[in-house]
Amino acid sequence: MLRFIVRRLLQLIPILFGLSVLLFVWLRALPGGPARALLGERATAESIAAVTESLGLNDSLLVQYGRFLQRLFQFNLGVSTQTGRPVTTEFFERFPGTVELTAAALIFAIVVGIPLGYLAARRHGGILDSASVMASLLGVTVPVFFLAYLLRFVFAVELGWLPGSGRQDVRIDGTHPTGFYVLDGLLTREFDASWDAVLHLILPGLALGTIPLAIIVRITRASVLDVVNEDFVRTAESKGLATSTIRRRHILRNAMLPVATTIGLQTGLLLSGAVLTETVFAFGGVGSFIKDAIQQRDYAVLQGFILLLAIVFVLVNLLVDISYGLLDPRVRVR
Amino acid sequence: MHRSKKRLTGVAAVSIAALALSACAESERSGDTGGGDGGGTFVFGAAGDPGSLDPAFATDGETFRVTRQMFEGLLEPGEGSAEPQPGLAESYEASEDGLTYTFQLKEGVKFHDGTDFNAEAVCFNFDRWYNWEGLAQSPAVSGYWQDVFGGFASTPDVSNIFKSCSAEDELTAVIELTRVTGRFPAALTLSSFAMSSPTALEEYAADELGGSDEAPTLSSYALEHPTGTGPFMLDNWDLSNGEVTLVRFDDYHGEKAGVEKLIFRTIPEGNTRKQELEAGEIDGYDLVAPGDIADLEDGGFNVLTRPAFNILYLGINQGASAQIPPDAGINPALADVRVRQAIAHAIDREAIVNSLLPDGAQVATQFMPDTVSGYSTDVTTYDYDPAAAQALLEEAGAVGTTLKFYYPTEVSRPYMPDPGAIFEVISQNLTDAGFVIEPIALVWNPEYLDAVSSGLADIHLLGWTGDYDDAYNFIGTFFDAKAEGESKLDWGGFVNEDLFTQFAAADAEPDPDVREGLYQDLNNDIMDFLPGVPISHSPPALVVAENVDGLVPSPLTAEDFSTVVFTD
Repeated sequence: MLRFIVRRLLQLIPILFGLSVLLFVWLRALPGGPARALLGERATAESIAAVTESLGLNDSLLVQYGRFLQRLFQFNLGVSTQTGRPVTTEFFERFPGTVELTAAALIFAIVVGIPLGYLAARRHGGILDSASVMASLLGVTVPVFFLAYLLRFVFAVELGWLPGSGRQDVRIDGTHPTGFYVLDGLLTREFDASWDAVLHLILPGLALGTIPLAIIVRITRASVLDVVNEDFVRTAESKGLATSTIRRRHILRNAMLPVATTIGLQTGLLLSGAVLTETVFAFGGVGSFIKDAIQQRDYAVLQGFILLLAIVFVLVNLLVDISYGLLDPRVRVR
Repeated sequence: MHRSKKRLTGVAAVSIAALALSACAESERSGDTGGGDGGGTFVFGAAGDPGSLDPAFATDGETFRVTRQMFEGLLEPGEGSAEPQPGLAESYEASEDGLTYTFQLKEGVKFHDGTDFNAEAVCFNFDRWYNWEGLAQSPAVSGYWQDVFGGFASTPDVSNIFKSCSAEDELTAVIELTRVTGRFPAALTLSSFAMSSPTALEEYAADELGGSDEAPTLSSYALEHPTGTGPFMLDNWDLSNGEVTLVRFDDYHGEKAGVEKLIFRTIPEGNTRKQELEAGEIDGYDLVAPGDIADLEDGGFNVLTRPAFNILYLGINQGASAQIPPDAGINPALADVRVRQAIAHAIDREAIVNSLLPDGAQVATQFMPDTVSGYSTDVTTYDYDPAAAQALLEEAGAVGTTLKFYYPTEVSRPYMPDPGAIFEVISQNLTDAGFVIEPIALVWNPEYLDAVSSGLADIHLLGWTGDYDDAYNFIGTFFDAKAEGESKLDWGGFVNEDLFTQFAAADAEPDPDVREGLYQDLNNDIMDFLPGVPISHSPPALVVAENVDGLVPSPLTAEDFSTVVFTD
């Protein structure tokens, strides 16, 4: 197991190196540059030239990349041209928000998706099955921003039940030792703040969770349908095992392997930044900041954030691989 | 089966309980208005984050919106106008030659950290700006100092108008200039030239822009300790959540702020800002889309329209700038004034103003609004006249001229709420007159701005919001010469020595009345030369909740939030 983990972590090195080269070249191939983006419509040719020079962008690409690598080896990802703060500070201040949002979306997708997919498979060909297939198709196709506006219009504007943007009510003076607002409220015994953070997660969580939900429903349904026809299920039935035991221990557990893979991939994707959801809900996470960074040609942020997210993505998938062993004792990671 | 029914019932019960609890929480979320007796928290939705809380190192409106609440300048824009009014200086006097300004300062003013505001503090600030070095001299950092005053102590080769500042006595500061400029003292109303506490500037190393050589990091002063004399002071700046929280400064020298706490929340998306106001999560927001105004007013919200202090224009590239790439393919026909006149006559500006811009928008006859001194009533005007346009085009032998028409997407500017729609109208107008339009749409920043300023467009849409009350800030920005005797705006692509000479004379004229006449002449000549077509002046709007009173819209978007009160 340890060898497996170490090997996977070592694989990260070429991945990150390749990614950094690609990113570096791609970002600099974009039209415009950070100087123009920083100075906006008031820029003059002189001011752009001066800022480009001060940002070190007149040096050759190789020199710039060398400087980037040199900093990287010192665990320094540079400074954001948008905010003037270190990229790592920006990342670690925003990442907890994205983790909370991802968790909310996944909880919704898993808690609703697995039972729904399972029930659809059990009622194969029935109304529930057709309805869940249709609903999951809808879930995948409805644009997130449309759903976001709709949810906010109904639950925030019309009904006034839930907050429609941000991570916490600005009027709450919460303390944030970890940056995970729900957890912070519990740690500091500011339960109101914690509850408010939970409420702020509901609408963006629903909007963001729709696509994973739809995928999980479909994968669970297909996987359960595969497993119920397996020999070992027939054997278990002929042995006279209780139906609930067969469902729980034989069908569901075996059907969960592809679902776990899907959840793992979705977790990685969601953590990589829910750009639209975070922007529409003005939710301070990495996604909305990446969007701003693209617009502002904030090279350091884009390079740093994408590299850090790649590490997160690989780590999450590593955890998924490890979880296989727990779900199915026959699978041993080596 | 029985068990799964039970489980479903359980899930339903939990869901209902959660919704019920959230409904209860909703009452807690509704705004803290202080019961209408001078307190509460006012939350304002901004479209972007401030770039820094040190106004001297800022050039953007989102920063100034926040810093204006914490800092004050020697002069301030008047309430609801752009005209300079006494700020921290009660009065000032200019010498006859226009080179020496003596400011009488207000007595009894303290910075947020308890430091006294006096003539020494004024000179400390001016000396700070003038002596910036290294990264602080980057135009991205100290753009307004360079725009208005020119260079620094360490850049003697760059033209500079600041000579010295001296404290004649405790409350008298004397500022000497190297040459006369119409920009001074009006430019002192800019938030960039607001007064900071000398103690705090030193203690929090305001000028130490550290970080790597690739991008300056903000100082602790700019991030955590901005210290001015204004009615609010900083409580907290939460960058990752886009929230700046200010609290009332109880020792403020003037009338104390009407609310205890003022929070600026960044909500980049316009529709989200509107929905958040409707949901009661914020008490007001800026950059109201013209299409939302009627809906908001019907909903009982107070839409506050700012006096228009901007210009939308159609830029025309005459292709004579050395900076324009030879392969840009700029149409040589645009160097013929008859073709430019044809464009001006072809555009139905009334239709644009009436159908695409908010109420109160006006057709522009020149490149600055009528509230600025130097506005001319004698300019040549170009009425919508397709027949005249066609005739001019035929006379110039340019029927069927192809124009690369650049316009921006994914942006709404105060002077141009919907660029795509404006492009459609103008494009149709020009086609009707006999031009062939090649539309090129680009994302606003940096693609569009970059392409346009690189001289790639034959014609394009752009505009300007004035920074302070001076004609040069409008027309000088566009049409004055660069050092090499070339048009300052790269897109202009023309050389007109006569205009450049007039600009130099107007800006150097110490007598305001004479200067006004010189700028009027300039406006007349510009509209004869027609380096672009002014389209409109459009009043941008902001909106506040029904129970909010006291916010006066400013043409400079320099609203003072200390006058805000809740009425219930």
